Amino acid sequence: MSLLIGAMTIGFILSLLALGVYLSFRIFGYSDMTTEGTITLGAAVTAILLVKGVDPFIATAAGCVAGAIAGAVTGIIHTRFGINGLLAGILVMTALYSINLHVMGRSNVPLLAGENFTTHAEKLGRMVFGSETVNVAGWDVSSRDLSVLIVAALSITAISILLYMFLRTDLGTALRATGDNAQMIRATGVNDGNMIVLGLAISNGLVALGGGLLAQYQGFADVQMGIGMLVWGLASVIIGEALVGTKQIGYAIVGAVMGSILFRLLVAVALRWGVNPNDLKLITAIFVFAALVVPGFLEKLKKKGKPAHA
Amino acid sequence: MLEIRNIWKTFYAGTPNEVRSLQGVNLSIEDGSFVIVIGTNGSGKSTLLNSVAGTFFVDDGTLHLDGKDITKWQEYQRAPMIGRVFQNPFSGTSPNLTIGENIALASRRGMSRSLGWVRDKKLTQQIRERVGRLNMGLENRLEDPIGTLSGGQRQALTLMMATWVKPKLLLLDEHTAALDPKSADQVIKLSEEEISREKLTSLMVTHSMQQAVNLGDRLIMMHRGRVLHDIRGAEKQRLRPEDLLQRFEDIRRADRLDESAAEMLKRAYV
Repeated sequence: MSLLIGAMTIGFILSLLALGVYLSFRIFGYSDMTTEGTITLGAAVTAILLVKGVDPFIATAAGCVAGAIAGAVTGIIHTRFGINGLLAGILVMTALYSINLHVMGRSNVPLLAGENFTTHAEKLGRMVFGSETVNVAGWDVSSRDLSVLIVAALSITAISILLYMFLRTDLGTALRATGDNAQMIRATGVNDGNMIVLGLAISNGLVALGGGLLAQYQGFADVQMGIGMLVWGLASVIIGEALVGTKQIGYAIVGAVMGSILFRLLVAVALRWGVNPNDLKLITAIFVFAALVVPGFLEKLKKKGKPAHA
Repeated sequence: MLEIRNIWKTFYAGTPNEVRSLQGVNLSIEDGSFVIVIGTNGSGKSTLLNSVAGTFFVDDGTLHLDGKDITKWQEYQRAPMIGRVFQNPFSGTSPNLTIGENIALASRRGMSRSLGWVRDKKLTQQIRERVGRLNMGLENRLEDPIGTLSGGQRQALTLMMATWVKPKLLLLDEHTAALDPKSADQVIKLSEEEISREKLTSLMVTHSMQQAVNLGDRLIMMHRGRVLHDIRGAEKQRLRPEDLLQRFEDIRRADRLDESAAEMLKRAYV
């Protein structure tokens, strides 16, 4: 049970990653490699500020802003200097590796002592539940774990609603239209380059926020923690789309969150079964490849099966 | 209203694929006039419209719209003054956004984008009313993605979006070429109504001789990146499709003459 709760908590936290990837990959059709750097950047900035005794809320927000700036830099490199989007992301990701090391001062920052979002949640949990364990559906669950899960779930719900509302505003709609048809949005007098910069900033801000929360939950920030994160985010988005469809942005956002949680649960179960943790990234990559290719392949088969039209 | 002075545009300059699309075009369009542009394939009609819209910068020459020098303005900077309907019905609308959202975006063409809702009740009501006037049964489908509509419906909506904020100049680039005859008629009718009601200064490219003679108060014929004929006033009113075909035939004959003359010179001297 505690394994389940842990997986769900990480799932909620990393749904910020999924939302960020949804924004860049699905709305803009942009494979944004910056993601792998910004999740670490968010974790690094948040962790180092926490170590320095800064208020957890401010530390987490600072990580988010740092990620947004990194995303904007990628957007500017891509739109103003005409560099291919994938390469722009790789450039910033590579640069961030050094920057992250500078921010942290070493390759790993532990967060053992001091206040952070997890300890706040635990304190809150003690106040609400009043005991060390809580009975959930017949299982005794540590009230600390449960309260962290609940706080994570509530925060992510709030952020998802904010994101949904933003995407329904005039600006947010212009943002979605840019990814859909840049020609159209230019014809309505919007600078499509600015929209891409803004979109990548928001996307990477969300990712960095996820990184900051993850660092606080797992108790450390590590310079390697971003590797493979883009593909993990993609996997979550794809699972979410399979679960709820892509009809509306509301569904897509809920889907990304659900996808992230389900993905984490699947990972937890797989590890429990004895899958070698070293193989996780390989399996995820194959899964994303299959998820992207198989639907088109099936479509082709269906067409071949039908008699040719005269 | 629109002042085009000696504009030149060459694509792929210095390569074997070099295309000299515009070779010194001069054109002056008065306020409220409706100009039809026709021409042979590759004569520079669409290039002319795109250079006015700002899809690219011209190599030489200047463009003035409403007294402002827009030669170096980006496409999105010109958009507040220019409404456009494209040849491709997919170009003018955002397929995954709903009908309502598309029109709402266009209703603030050229204004800064805010954090207010994209549509309030009043705007939704206006949209429903104007979409209803199209008689396409779309007023109850405002929440459907626009990508689910037919090409004709999308062009009709693109036209509405292009003119929702009254443009200084309306550009129609063969906007019925990709439609079936019935939809094409419908969209042409809508365009004509909108242009005459709002007295829009318009520039319309077409391949249809019928449209070219029936519509507009002035016609220019382009060939090889230049304006070859400029027909207006009573002469434009009298114009018949046969006259236009005759002029195309003349061009063809002149071209062939050029070619055979070149061939002759080559044989004699090379």
